[in-house]
Amino acid sequence: MSELLHVSSAPHVRAKISTNRVMLCVIIAMLPTMAFGIYNFGFRALLLVAVTVLSCVISETVYNLIAKKKNTIGDLSAVVTGMILALNMPVTLPLWEAVIGGIFAIIVVKMLFGGLGQNFMNPALAARCFLLIAFAEDMSNFKTETANFAGTIYSGATPLAELESTKGILAPWNQYQLEDLFIGTTPGTIGETSVLCLLIGALILVLTKTISLRIPLSYLGSFAVFMFVFGANSITSGAAIDTVFTSVLAQLMAGGIMFGAFFMATDYATSPITRKGQILFGICCGVLTGIFRCFGGSPEGVSYAIILSNLFVPLIEKITIPRAFGIPKKSLKKKEAA
Amino acid sequence: MNKYTERLYNGIIKENPTFVLMLGMCPTLAVTSSAINGLGMGLSTTVVLIFSNLIISLFRKRIPNSVRIPAFIVIVASLVTIVEFLMKAYFQSLSDALGVYIPLIVVNCIILGRAESYASKNGPIKSAFDGIGMGLGFTIGLTLIGLIREILGAGTVFDMPLLKDLGYTPIAIFTRAPGAFLVLAFLVAGMNIVRKKMEAKGKPLAKPSGCISGDCANCSSHCENSTAENK
Repeated sequence: MSELLHVSSAPHVRAKISTNRVMLCVIIAMLPTMAFGIYNFGFRALLLVAVTVLSCVISETVYNLIAKKKNTIGDLSAVVTGMILALNMPVTLPLWEAVIGGIFAIIVVKMLFGGLGQNFMNPALAARCFLLIAFAEDMSNFKTETANFAGTIYSGATPLAELESTKGILAPWNQYQLEDLFIGTTPGTIGETSVLCLLIGALILVLTKTISLRIPLSYLGSFAVFMFVFGANSITSGAAIDTVFTSVLAQLMAGGIMFGAFFMATDYATSPITRKGQILFGICCGVLTGIFRCFGGSPEGVSYAIILSNLFVPLIEKITIPRAFGIPKKSLKKKEAA
Repeated sequence: MNKYTERLYNGIIKENPTFVLMLGMCPTLAVTSSAINGLGMGLSTTVVLIFSNLIISLFRKRIPNSVRIPAFIVIVASLVTIVEFLMKAYFQSLSDALGVYIPLIVVNCIILGRAESYASKNGPIKSAFDGIGMGLGFTIGLTLIGLIREILGAGTVFDMPLLKDLGYTPIAIFTRAPGAFLVLAFLVAGMNIVRKKMEAKGKPLAKPSGCISGDCANCSSHCENSTAENK
């Protein structure tokens, strides 16, 4: 039979993008960050990433075996989940806790809800929050025990904790200044420190059209505006304008917000598909992060903000359904009213 | 199986209030942070349940249908007050741990559900056994959830530091609220697997349905009567 006679419903033309390829792009985009993490925290960072990824892949295989389903590790999503989760951990985390995190991410958050695409929140982030509550001390212990490749042993507070104690400004007595935050030679979780490497990764994601900039930009933008207005050093608090700008910039570069905005909030399964919805989702993440950082108990709030916003996604999609081509706005409203 | 042991089997296995009927979820999730709390809550509910079923069953022909719910509540509330005072007198620490959830037994839907669907339609002895069965089912459910949460979340078994001595690091989330939901969900899932296997083996278990107690196997004949009375 000729291919011209093939009868099917739309779509008729498909791009050659597969889940597998998308995930591979994400992995490649995370490599600079991971490499810097290993440079900044030593070889244990690599070990932690490997263990977490293995734990995720093995959990998915075992779950599929037990549930008698086709093994889905080929789509590489478990590898991505494992990498994101590991890059969200402090380097000193005991390995068995990392394994539990991987198992929780894959089994409880992803597979039990139906596998890739069915999960209602980002598996890696949900697992990070699980670990944060389960092993609060280990997950917030950022003091490293061995020297990294630059010969530093981190023993002080993270930039974000320092920011909180100095009321949001990078004071001259702060250990880390903006350039340290940008390069990433600061304590923190493995993958969050280097803004430079994260931006390289983001560039790869955008150039390969894996993500659009709608979510990251609206996330970072709304967060910056929030800090500008409500932060410890804001225009409303009467601080000098250049102090306000430095403090907003420091908040943008410290902690996990860059990593969150480009790699975690943009997860396909847990972000809206409509364009307006994506912008709304980004704003939601940004405002929540701002609230958690300014008024919450702990200095960081990115992961909670993103998984909470994940829960709003169905509602956001519901109110941003685009108008079908050819239907005027008025008649749509009439129909709804009728 | 005679009609009394059948009630026990029904309450503990077939229509277990925690894992099958999903009743009384509020104390189930709130107080099961340790096995001893779960056991205490379960047993105090059991005591109230036995006596409320017994008393309501004795008065079932005296209570006018139109005011039956207030009447049930008065009986249950009196019993709960007695239990609360007794616990304050003899089990002070447990009473402190359970806090407001002891007075809240009054509005526990298992108690009202059994009163409405069983005790108000059956004889006192059978109703008392129904109370024992349901109460034990609830106690077992709560103790099991509490035990698992305590072992994982604190490394202790009935407050004895068995696992902690072995160098186990507690996963604190299990003694917090998310842990309650996780453990309950996994236990219910496990129970559903067991039920499915039993059904496949040809031991069909009554499936709970939409009515207040889910106990349709025992109330189908009565439901018609009560709706007729309501008219």
